[in-house]
Amino acid sequence: MNQQLLDAVAGDSLTRAAWQRFRANRTAVAGLVMLGFIALFAIAGSWISPHDMETNDWERIQIPPTFEQSHWFGTDANGRDLFVRVSAGARISLAIGMLTTLVSVLIGVLYGAVAGFVGGKLDQFMMRIVDVLYALPLFFAIIVLVTIFGRNIFLVFIAIGAVEWLTIARIVRGQTLSVKQMEFVEAARSLGAPQSRIIARHVIPNVLGPVIVFSTLLIPTVILVESFLSFLGLGVQEPQTSWGSLISQGAGAIDTSPWLLVIPAAFLAATMFAFNFIGDGLRDALDPKDEG
Amino acid sequence: MLRFLGSRIAILIPTLLVIVTLSFFLMRLAPGGPFDADAQLEPEILDNLRRAYDLDLPITEQYTLYLGRLLQGDLGPSIGNKDYSVSELIAIGLPVSLELGLTALLLATLLGAPLGIIAGLNQNRALDTTISTLAMTGIAVPSLITAPLLTLIFGVMLKMLPVAGWGDGAWENKILPLIALTLPQLSIITRLTRGSFLDVRRLNFVRAARSRGLPEWRVIVFHALSPTLTPLVSYLAPAVAGVMTGSIVIEQVFGLPGVGRYFVQGALSRDYPLVMGVVIVYAAAVLVMNLLADLIYGLLDPRVRRGMRGGARA
Amino acid sequence: MNEDALLVVRDLAVRFNGRRGAVHAVNGVSFTLGRGRSLGIVGESGCGKSQTCLAIMGLLAESAECSGSILFEGDEILGARRRRLDELRGQRLSLVFQDPMTALTPHRTIGQQLCEIVQQHESTTHADARRRAIEIMDRVRIPDAERRFDMYPFEFSGGMRQRVVIAAALIQRPALVVADEPTTALDVTVQAEVLRTFKAVVEHAGTSLILVTHDLGVVAGTCDEVMVMYAGRVVEHADVISLFSKPQHPYTQALLACRPDLDAAHTARMYTIEGRPPDLARGEPAGCSFEPRCAHATQACRTSRPPLEARSPTHRVACHLSPPAES
Repeated sequence: MNQQLLDAVAGDSLTRAAWQRFRANRTAVAGLVMLGFIALFAIAGSWISPHDMETNDWERIQIPPTFEQSHWFGTDANGRDLFVRVSAGARISLAIGMLTTLVSVLIGVLYGAVAGFVGGKLDQFMMRIVDVLYALPLFFAIIVLVTIFGRNIFLVFIAIGAVEWLTIARIVRGQTLSVKQMEFVEAARSLGAPQSRIIARHVIPNVLGPVIVFSTLLIPTVILVESFLSFLGLGVQEPQTSWGSLISQGAGAIDTSPWLLVIPAAFLAATMFAFNFIGDGLRDALDPKDEG
Repeated sequence: MLRFLGSRIAILIPTLLVIVTLSFFLMRLAPGGPFDADAQLEPEILDNLRRAYDLDLPITEQYTLYLGRLLQGDLGPSIGNKDYSVSELIAIGLPVSLELGLTALLLATLLGAPLGIIAGLNQNRALDTTISTLAMTGIAVPSLITAPLLTLIFGVMLKMLPVAGWGDGAWENKILPLIALTLPQLSIITRLTRGSFLDVRRLNFVRAARSRGLPEWRVIVFHALSPTLTPLVSYLAPAVAGVMTGSIVIEQVFGLPGVGRYFVQGALSRDYPLVMGVVIVYAAAVLVMNLLADLIYGLLDPRVRRGMRGGARA
Repeated sequence: MNEDALLVVRDLAVRFNGRRGAVHAVNGVSFTLGRGRSLGIVGESGCGKSQTCLAIMGLLAESAECSGSILFEGDEILGARRRRLDELRGQRLSLVFQDPMTALTPHRTIGQQLCEIVQQHESTTHADARRRAIEIMDRVRIPDAERRFDMYPFEFSGGMRQRVVIAAALIQRPALVVADEPTTALDVTVQAEVLRTFKAVVEHAGTSLILVTHDLGVVAGTCDEVMVMYAGRVVEHADVISLFSKPQHPYTQALLACRPDLDAAHTARMYTIEGRPPDLARGEPAGCSFEPRCAHATQACRTSRPPLEARSPTHRVACHLSPPAES
């Protein structure tokens, strides 16, 4: 992408002002910091702990969090160390969250941009499909897809991604429609630029703003969906683990080892909060509404 | 008004048709599924399947027969449960799920709307901050955390309520699942109402009502309330979808014999007819809710009620 | 102190604390309005005329801070308690809003909205209130009032809706009506009609009127006195004839000069006032706020703020230039 064009289009002073507003929002920054720590934990957790995910330490089963033997989060009924497993779960959950969001965004942006730009009957038809799909309980569709095509981790990515792109498509289409009316697109067209080029170099950069905000809100949704799936046993399979499976295992052992539930749950909740704060902060930064 | 309804129904039917057709073809494509030649199933079940799905007939005939059966309410045999058909299983689970789901929705609305308005009335003051924070927590923390946590606190630690099971409908067994199911929707509705109320309060006609000497309570009840609550109607269909999704996890955690539980079991055991059957039923329910919501919305809007006298302006 | 004075405004100031600093929307406005008199307030957007109206009605946003005094029928109403304001509003003083499309509650019939006012301020039967409502609808020339009583606002055109708003303002026969650009949002063809009706009803009832507008023509035809505002302050206040024939403030002169002249050559350029109104968040200059745009500005204008003084019993001006500049 042409850097000059991007700059001109993004509006220097606007983004700088937005960033300052974001920085001033304490909860948003707190969310960012929290997320940073969790990401760090995901990356470095397994590395700093002497244990690994699968080893069964039969002499130390179901011990609560302790400094002894570096079982900082305790162990489960099979003697597996929870710290390392939560860290691995973090990796999976965050990875799925971000990669799937990427897939959804890509599909949604392309779909929406084409629909909005071409307009007319094609646009109506494409959006009608979106309307129909939107009406369905998508979680069920995901389960169906996963049931039919198996519980391969990549399939989980794709299943979720294939379903969550709808809102992005709508947003992008709306933005495209309004950008289409703007003058510089008229100019490009009158200069003879082909449609595909106009879409790629003019429409898409302009549309990125709301898409970025929505993506920030989409990541936690995806993480949540994956957690639900794994919780039900339909998501990632052993030996891989995710927070959802850990919570499910913990829920089955609450009478004997409640930490197995509480710790992964706390991580998931913290991640959700963090993304919520960041999303709210981004929304306020890019579109401030002075309340009262 | 009739035209309004008609156009809504016209969208519903093709949508349902798409879902049904998709399910028809997906089932046949599923690797390792009942239609796979390599499937290792008991001869009894294979027999049932053969009969039920007319596998010897050309595919177009299969499709027509399939549609015909659907219209009669026959969703096919379940391959996980030899003795029951899918329709029968759903019929067993439906009362449980319905009772829980509808109660949750009712509670969420009856509590959420007033809470949202109270928060809006005290904007940015202590009461609002408390309510808004609690609402945000309810949205951010998913039911797969709250449900086990509630069980941990009230079932294991305090030993006040049963940990799991339907207990034949005893009220003690319903409390925790109900709370877990209601919380997310309650939070969303509270937030929605608060936002709607704040928007309405800024509108010109609210200020105009004040300028005529009406006390604040009258301004709120007679002028601000109706426009505040109408957006909630639009949320009805997504709310139902949300409760249905939530009930899957809730029924799993608490071991309740509802449709959601059968659904999950079906998914785990690759009981495609069961899974597809549930999806069709749920999708139909959501679409009907959408229609209902549109209907109610139309009734509430005085413009539609007056039948839009051809845009005649006085 | 004029005993006929219905409304006495003294040093009214309205301030908003924004992100970049305080905005003084209204900064030291004082005037008196007698019974049965009509005052037109003119000025550019942002000069503070609407905020002045809202201050009189007690309808300022919660974030607004005000100071000064507003005496209505001898009582201080600035900062009065809600209960007191509820007694007065709709009954002794009322407001006509600018945008008729949004000033009426969409889900209640106009009959309900009118009766509500009557029954709020007096204990009457519903039948009586209905009779009063239809009566006022007749007086503001809404045809077929009996039938329209049960109609919803969306069933009315813009001009008709504004008549309903006016009816609501006048139904309790208040002593003062404040009208904030009552016809600006209407079609030009409808504006004159509505204004004429409005004026007739107000005059007939002996109601005092404050009419805010940016249209000098409206003021000329409707008001006894005119007050010109700029950047939150009053720059000139005179009876209507003096203001139009002998404007003394350069801003007023410029405003008058801006009106297109039908007799001028069609190639003549239209007069515009150079520059833009000041950014109220920047804080006030030491001198006259109009100085940057004034064709006759002197050194004194830049360094000291001219006070509003009476050059005659019916003519106040805030300008250093004396004798006043010739336009």
